[in-house]
Amino acid sequence: MNINRQLLSKPWLSDDADITDSYNQTQCLRVVQTQSTKTALVFFLMVVTVVFFLISITFLSRSQYPDFTALAGPPWLPFSNPITLWVNSAFLLLASIVIRFAATSKASNESVANTRMVLALCLTGLFSCLFLIGQLLVWQQLTASGFAVNGNPANSYFYLFTGIHGLHLAGGFIALIRVVISFVKHADNERLSANLGLCVWYWHYLFIVWMLLFALLTATPATYKTIALLCGF
Amino acid sequence: MKEIQPIADDHQPSGFFAKYVWSLDHKVIAIQYSVTAIFVGLIALVLSALMRLQLGFPDHFSFIDPSSYLQYVTMHGIIMVIYLLTALLLGGFGNYLIPLMIGARDMVFPYLNMLSFWTYLVSVIVLIASFFVTGGPTGAGWTLYPPQAILQGTPGADNGILLMLLSLAIFIIAFTMGGLNYVTTILQARTRGMTLMRMPLTLWGIFIATILGLLAFPALLVSAIMMLFDKLLGTSFFMPAILSLGENLDYTGGSPILFQHLFWFFGHPEVYIVALPAFGMVSDVIATHARKNIFGYRMMVWAIVAIGGLSFVVWAHHMYVSGMNPYFGFFFATTTLIIAVPTALKVYNWLLTLWRGNIHFTVPMFFAIGFIFTFTHGGLTGLFLGNVVVDLPLSDTFFVVAHFHMVMGVSPIMVLFAAIYHWFPLVTGRMLHTGLGKLHFWVTFLGTYAIYLPMHYLGFLGVPRRYFALGDTAFIPDSTQTLNAGITVAALIVGVGQLIFIFNLIWSLRRGKVAVANPWQATSLEWQTPQCPPVHGNWGDNVPVVYRWAYDYSVPGHKTDFTPQNKTDAESLLPDKGGL
Amino acid sequence: MVIAVVILLLVISSLLFHFLSPWWFTPIASNWTAIDQTINITFWVTGTVFVAVNLFLAYVVYRYRHNKNRKADYEPENHKLEGWLTVLTSIGIIAMLTPGLFVWADFVDVPADANEVEVVGQQWHWSFRLPGDDGQLGRTAIALINLNNPFGIDPDDPHGQDDVLINSNELHLPIERPVKVLLRSKDVLHNFTVPQFRVKMDLVPGTQSYLWFTPTLLGRYEILCLELCGIAHYTMRGHVVVESESDYQTWLNQQPTFKQSLARISRDIAAGQQSYTACIACHGVNGEGNRAIGAPVLAGQESDYLNRQLNYFRSNIRGGSDDDIYGRQMLPFAAMLADDAAVANISRYLHSLPLVTVTKSTEHRGNVSVGREIYKNCAVCHGEFAQGHYAQKAPKLAGQYTGYLKRQLENYQQGIRGKHPQDMYGSQMILMSKLLQDEQAIDDVLAYIATLQPVQ
Repeated sequence: MNINRQLLSKPWLSDDADITDSYNQTQCLRVVQTQSTKTALVFFLMVVTVVFFLISITFLSRSQYPDFTALAGPPWLPFSNPITLWVNSAFLLLASIVIRFAATSKASNESVANTRMVLALCLTGLFSCLFLIGQLLVWQQLTASGFAVNGNPANSYFYLFTGIHGLHLAGGFIALIRVVISFVKHADNERLSANLGLCVWYWHYLFIVWMLLFALLTATPATYKTIALLCGF
Repeated sequence: MKEIQPIADDHQPSGFFAKYVWSLDHKVIAIQYSVTAIFVGLIALVLSALMRLQLGFPDHFSFIDPSSYLQYVTMHGIIMVIYLLTALLLGGFGNYLIPLMIGARDMVFPYLNMLSFWTYLVSVIVLIASFFVTGGPTGAGWTLYPPQAILQGTPGADNGILLMLLSLAIFIIAFTMGGLNYVTTILQARTRGMTLMRMPLTLWGIFIATILGLLAFPALLVSAIMMLFDKLLGTSFFMPAILSLGENLDYTGGSPILFQHLFWFFGHPEVYIVALPAFGMVSDVIATHARKNIFGYRMMVWAIVAIGGLSFVVWAHHMYVSGMNPYFGFFFATTTLIIAVPTALKVYNWLLTLWRGNIHFTVPMFFAIGFIFTFTHGGLTGLFLGNVVVDLPLSDTFFVVAHFHMVMGVSPIMVLFAAIYHWFPLVTGRMLHTGLGKLHFWVTFLGTYAIYLPMHYLGFLGVPRRYFALGDTAFIPDSTQTLNAGITVAALIVGVGQLIFIFNLIWSLRRGKVAVANPWQATSLEWQTPQCPPVHGNWGDNVPVVYRWAYDYSVPGHKTDFTPQNKTDAESLLPDKGGL
Repeated sequence: MVIAVVILLLVISSLLFHFLSPWWFTPIASNWTAIDQTINITFWVTGTVFVAVNLFLAYVVYRYRHNKNRKADYEPENHKLEGWLTVLTSIGIIAMLTPGLFVWADFVDVPADANEVEVVGQQWHWSFRLPGDDGQLGRTAIALINLNNPFGIDPDDPHGQDDVLINSNELHLPIERPVKVLLRSKDVLHNFTVPQFRVKMDLVPGTQSYLWFTPTLLGRYEILCLELCGIAHYTMRGHVVVESESDYQTWLNQQPTFKQSLARISRDIAAGQQSYTACIACHGVNGEGNRAIGAPVLAGQESDYLNRQLNYFRSNIRGGSDDDIYGRQMLPFAAMLADDAAVANISRYLHSLPLVTVTKSTEHRGNVSVGREIYKNCAVCHGEFAQGHYAQKAPKLAGQYTGYLKRQLENYQQGIRGKHPQDMYGSQMILMSKLLQDEQAIDDVLAYIATLQPVQ
C-alpha cells in the first residue's frame, strides 16, 4: 500500500488495516535480507548524495566570489583540455560495464559462469584501481604545475570533491571484496547475485556522480555564473 | 510458515566475549551504547558543575581560568548533545526497542550494528583524548565557529580542535551505520500484521529522527572536513583575509558564515533528532500509565513527519544576527513559527490523553508530567527567539541558554528518566525502587526548574552567554550575582541528586523487586516476549502476529483494560461481545 | 494529588517571579520601542498559553487520578477538537509573527538620512571610524594594517583621507540622529551589542554587516561583544556616549583624521631624549628603572602603550586615586610634557632604547610551572614571550621588575588602576587580573614571566 494511504489509515479500526503491507514475515528470510540490503543501499546513496550536494552548493556559491579562478577556460588552465580526466572516466566506465557483466552473465555450465564472474570482478577491481591511480596522478600534475590545494578555492574544491569521491570508490571496493569472500565461504549463489546487483548500482552511481563532478569542475566561469544564477546566488 | 531469523543469528552465542563484548544481539549493543553514553554524560555533568561554580562564585576557584572555562563550556555542550542524547536515544533506546516493538528477532544487519557501537566508542575515546593533548580540548563553544576555532586566542586551536573534528567524523560514520540499521529494520522486518500505522509512537519518533540524522549529519561532516582542510592544508573555505593576534595570515576569500549555514543545516535537525524519539517515548509512557489510548494518533504521526520535514528549512534562525543577508530573516522566522504548530498539537494531544484517563502515579508518569510542564515552557520561549526581531536583544544572552536547556536538557532528560524507569523491568527483569525514584523525580523536576526559570531573566537583562565573568557593568544590577549563586546552588543539588538515580540503578540490578512479566500491563509488543527479560532471538519458537494498533487501552467490550497487539479479537473480547 | 498542587504552585510562582523580579530589560535608550512592544505581545500570548496549558494539566492530573472503579475513556481521535486547536494555535502564532516581521522590515530598511559610523572589532577591543566631510569611508584592506595604519585604510584612496579615526573603546553619538553602524572585523567573529539600544549584529571578517538605531536618551552605554571570540571575549568592552549636538561636535573636533594620523608618524626622537632628562632620576639614564623606588623599566617598551599611559597621567586618568601612591608621583612629571607631540616623542625615544636585563628578584616565591599555565590566558594579548603587541594594545612584560608588575596587578584588582571611565583598556585588565584569585597565583605567574627573555 502506498505510503500516503498508509499514513491516512485509521489503525484502531482493524478492518481498515492492510495486512499485506507487512507481508515480510511470511516471506523467506532470504527475501527479507535481500530487500533489506537494497533498502539500506538506497538510504546510503541518499546520504552520499547529500554530501556531494552540499559541497556542490557551497562550490557554486564560492564560484561567484571575486577571488575564484576556474580551472578551465583559457588554454593555459589545466582543465581546458583535461585528457587525463577523460582517461580516468573511461576506466570508471569500463569498471561499471564489467561489474554489470559479472552480475548478470549467464552460462550453461556453472564453473564457466563462475570463471567468467571471477574474471569480470578482477577486471572491475583493476579498472577501479586504475581510476584511483589516475586521479592521484591528476593531483600530482596539478600540484606540480602550481595549483596546490591551498591556492585558489577552485583548487581546494577540486581536491575535496575528487578525494571524497575516491574514498567512496575505495570503500565500495572493500565491500566488493567482502562480497567475494562471503561467496567463497558460503557458496550461496542467490545471495551473491543479489549483493553483486547492489554493487553494480553503487558503481553506476559513483560513475554518474563522477561525470557530474567532471562537468562541474571543468566548467568555464561563464557556466558557473549561469548555474549560480539559476540557484539564486 | 518459515521461521524468520536474521541470517547471522544461526546459533546462540557462547562465551563471555561473544555474549557481552562482541555481541551481535541488539539488546546487548543497546546496553553498551547506553552505558557509554551515560558515562560520558556524567563527565559532561561534572563539567557543567565547574562552569556553574565559576558563574555563581567568580573569583573563588583559581583552577578555573578563562581558558579552561571555555573548554568546559565546549566539551559539556558537544558531549551532551551528540555523545549523550543522540547516542542514548537512538543507539540505546532505538537499538533495544526497534526489533522488540516490531516483532523481529534482531536488527537486519547485526554485524553492522555491532560495528556501529565500537565506532561510536572510538569517537568517544578520541574526544576524551583531547583533554590530554597539548593545549587541551577546544574552547570554541560547541558550535565550533571559524575563524576563531582554528586560530590562536581560542583554547585548543592547535590540537584540541583537530581531535574534536576527527571525533565528530568518526561519530557520523557510526551514526550512519546505526541509522541504516534502524530505518531498514523498521521498513523491512516488521512482523505480520504490524503496519506502519500500528507502530507505537516511540518507533515513529525514532524512525523519523533516524532519517533526519542520515540526511543532516552529512552537513556536519562536510563542514568538519572543510575546517580540517583550512587548518591542516591552509585552504580558505571559511577563512577570509584576516589578522590573528596582530599578524597577517595567508588565508583569503573564505566565508565564516558558510560554516554557520552548514553547521546549522545539521544543527537544527539535530535538536529534533533528540526531541522526536523523546516525543514518541513519552507518548507511550503516558498512554500506558494513564490506561488510555494516545489521543489523535494519526495527528501525532503526521506531526512527527511534519516536524521532521520542516526542521530542514528553519536552520538560519540560529543565524539572525550572524551578518547573513537580513532578508533571510523573514523566511526563517516564518518557517520557524510554522513549526511551532505541529509541536503545539502534540502537547495538546498529550494533555488530551491524560484527560478522561485513569492516571497511575508511577515514577514514569511523574517524569512524563514533568516533561509536559518543562517542554511547554521551553517550547514557548522558543517563540521569542524564533521571531527574528525579538531575537535581536535576546540572541547570545542567557535567554538562549535557558531556552535550549529547557527543551534539550530538561525535557528530553525527563523523558529519558521516564523511559528508563518504564523499560528497566523489561531489560533487567527487576523494578527500580519506587521511593528512590519519586525522590529522584522531585529533586530533578523542581531543581531544574529552579535553575532555568530564573536564567531567562538574566537573558532579558542582557547578560551575555559564554562570559567567564561579568565584572562591573552599569546596567546589570548586583542582585544578578545573587541570582547566579542561587542557580549554581540549585544546579549542584540537582547534580548530586542524580546520584540517587545511579544508586537506584545499581542497587535495583541486584536487589530490586523481581518484575512480573509486563508489569505495567502495556500493549506494545516488546512486553509480550515469552521471557522477561527477552532472551537472544526475542520470541522463542514463533514470532508474534499483530492484530491491532498499539493503544488498545480501556477498550469498551474488552476483558481487561489493555489488549496487547498480538491478541486476537477472540482472545480479547468479553464473551458477550464475541470473545471466547 | 500532590503533583497537581505542585504544578499549580509552579505556575503561580512563575508568574510571581516574573512580576516581582527586578530582572527585566534595561530601560531603552533608542528608537526601537517597537521591539519591546513585540516582546510584550509575545510574552502575553505565550504567557497565556503557559498558564492555560499548565492549569489544564494540573486539573487533568487531579481529576483523572487513578480510581479502580473507573475506566478510562476510549477516544482515538476527535477531528473537530483537533481542528479547532490547530486554528487557535495558528492564530496565536500569526499574532506574534506579524508584528515581528513588520518591525524586522523596519530594521532591515535603513533610513536614508542615517549617518554612517564604522565599528571595527578585533581581539579584544573596539575602534571606530567616521566618514568625515566627504561622507564616504575610505577603502580598507587587511594587508594594509600595520602599526601606523591600524585601520588598514588605503592611503591612495582620496575618500579615506578625511576619515575620522577613533582608536579607542569609546564612541560618541549625537542624540536623536539615526545612525547606520557598519560592522567590520579584523580577525574573528565578534558581535556589537548595546543592550539599551536593543539591536545587535555580528562582525564577520571578510564582509561587512550593519545595524541601525536612533539614540534617544543621553547617557553612557556599555558595548559588549556577544559572539565568543577567544579567551578574552568577556573583556571586550567599550562605551557609546550619547550627547547633545554641540558636545558631540566638540568631541569630534578632537579626533584625528587619517591624514592627520599619517602626519603624526614622524617623531622627533632627539626631542624625546631631551624631555627624558627630567625622568632620569627615577627611571635611569638607559630607561632601566629603579627597583628600590618602584620605577619601572621603560627601555624598549611599546611606544603606543607609553604614549597612552603618559596621556593618562597627564589627565589624572591614571594615578588619580589616593591609593595609587606611586602613580600619584607621576602626575607632576607627566604634566611637564607640554602637548601630544611631546608625549609622542618621548614614547618613541623610550621605545628605541635597547633592552635592559634586570636581575631577578628574590622576594617573591612563585611556582614557575603553575605560572606557565596561568600565563596562557595572558599570552593572547601580551604575547607568548610577554613581548607585548601594539595590535593588542598590550605592553611588554618580560624584563620588567616583578615588584612593579605585582603592584599593577593588585592595583587593577582593587580598582586603584583602570577604574576611571576614560581608561579605555583598564576594565579589560581589571577583569583579567581577577583570574588571579590570591597572592600565590600572582607570584606564580610573575615567577613564570621572570623566566622569559625580553625580545624586541
